[in-house]
Amino acid sequence: MTNKEIQELLSLLQSTNVTVFELEQDGVRIKIQKSALSSGEVLRFQTPRPATGEIQESGSVPPSVHPPTPPRANVRTITAPIVGTFYRSPSPEAGPYIEIGSTVQKGQILCIIEAMKLMNEIESEFDGTVKAIFMENGQSVEYGMPLIEIEISSEA
Amino acid sequence: MDSSPPFKKVLVANRGEIALRVIRACREQGIRTVAIYSTADRESLHVKLADEAVCVGPPETNLSYRNIPNIISAAEITQAEAIHPGYGFLSENAHFAEICQSAGVIFIGPSPESISLMGDKARAKSLMRETGVPVVPGSQGAISSEEDAISLSREIGYPLIIKASAGGGGRGMRIVHQENEFENALHAAQTEAFQAFGSKEVYIEKYFQNPRHVEIQILADAEGHVYSLGERDCSIQRRHQKLVEESPSPVLSPKLRQEMSSAAIKAAKAAGYVNAGTVEFLVDDHRNFFFIEMNTRIQVEHPVTEMLFQYDLVKAQIRIAAGFPVDPPGKSFGHAIECRINAEDPWTFAPSPGTLDRFLLPGGPGIRVDTAFYEGATIPPYYDSLIAKLIATGRTRQEALDRMARALLEFEIDGIRTTIPFHLALMTDDEFRKGTYSTGFVEQFLLRRPWEKRRKSDMT
Repeated sequence: MTNKEIQELLSLLQSTNVTVFELEQDGVRIKIQKSALSSGEVLRFQTPRPATGEIQESGSVPPSVHPPTPPRANVRTITAPIVGTFYRSPSPEAGPYIEIGSTVQKGQILCIIEAMKLMNEIESEFDGTVKAIFMENGQSVEYGMPLIEIEISSEA
Repeated sequence: MDSSPPFKKVLVANRGEIALRVIRACREQGIRTVAIYSTADRESLHVKLADEAVCVGPPETNLSYRNIPNIISAAEITQAEAIHPGYGFLSENAHFAEICQSAGVIFIGPSPESISLMGDKARAKSLMRETGVPVVPGSQGAISSEEDAISLSREIGYPLIIKASAGGGGRGMRIVHQENEFENALHAAQTEAFQAFGSKEVYIEKYFQNPRHVEIQILADAEGHVYSLGERDCSIQRRHQKLVEESPSPVLSPKLRQEMSSAAIKAAKAAGYVNAGTVEFLVDDHRNFFFIEMNTRIQVEHPVTEMLFQYDLVKAQIRIAAGFPVDPPGKSFGHAIECRINAEDPWTFAPSPGTLDRFLLPGGPGIRVDTAFYEGATIPPYYDSLIAKLIATGRTRQEALDRMARALLEFEIDGIRTTIPFHLALMTDDEFRKGTYSTGFVEQFLLRRPWEKRRKSDMT
């Protein structure tokens, strides 16, 4: 992706109320996040991403533009198993299930994807530490989208 | 005619050429589109051409294109007002149509009640009988006793066929030509049915030697208008898979067309049917016709009718679903024929997935190609083998067939095997050109080893 394309993307996003935008193309991952939170407009889901299963190795992902994530074999990405709306907490009043840096255990609930009025709890497949949360509360997700990155515990 | 778009946004719950067909109908009406796709279809044209696209699952169709929760969710997150199901997948799933209703999304098709009524073959047939639409004469359900069966067989007349109620694949099936064979055939069929399916229940029906498969396209709107757009002759099939469809049927007289159209309209009205639908009939040697079933969706071969009437059936479907009245179809003109170009060996019909190293489409007068493929695209092994629908029109049947043969010669596909050579041999076959074919034609045609004839003509 060229700088010009990134600039075009930025100005394009400026005119929408999209708060978080993620793109992975030709092995380059871009994440753009706006500071102000606004209600979730759906972006064009054209992002090619290697979703061979729900869980994928991030180790092979080449350096991303922003922010740079060091490629490590012990980092796993939890991807969306269903289409729906992403929520970080069980209810609007409650606090989020996890934060960056949280220690999580296999089977622990990480987030919720609402689909057809049903709250589907997404569980961790690993023991480890949350390294990144790619989605904003209330954001629409499609099948295979990366949600959360977990660094698995060294003894695992 | 109201010029405001019937919907703001429609989700297309399908893939391949039919997804493209629906996207095109939407675009022409100013409707935004949402494509859904599986991880095997990221590079597909329907994903590129839609305004938005949502990945709904892995390649397996039950997890993606048949995944009801993910598809409804995709409609919800994109705020699509309606879903067009295309053909196959969820198009004739009454449960899906019902879920759309309860989720507040309009299903572009008939009501869940119409879908389940026509999906239940026994219920559909008995409704047709009550309505006065002719159905294949036979026992209504399983036969109860030998005596009843014999008296019924006299009523139906010979030849007749005995079929296992639980059956399929020819097991528990017997064709009986005269009464003195009936008893033995019945016992043999019952024994076979019991061994194969654990039930000796059988039913009997009139047997047709050389039937033709002719269907009537209808359009029905919510205001109660029902129109017939004539027939499509689909007798060129192999193992119940249609290969070629044409209209007008070479065997239908104007009077028979009128009668079949009236019957189809009567059938649709009796079922309270709204939207596009197809009533399938069997036509026998004596030009009698019998109801087989009604397809409650847009069909693969719908372009044949579209070309003949210059009428956009998919647009009509969308407008009907939005509650608009349907425009009367007017008069047809000339002749139209469709060849299904499949990624299959032309003579054995074995599937041949792969990459299209070369894909050069035919063109020129009277040619329409509906395809979602392009040069360099890969045909995934997960879905059906249809690569393109080639439709030729002409003032006469002869002109349409000549155009089709010319277009087939222009169509260049490398990297996979296709059914183009089969169609080319068929278009130049004397028997086919006479138009006197029945559903048994392809089997007979293949016995004549048409591939040898082609090779000889190539050398001259």
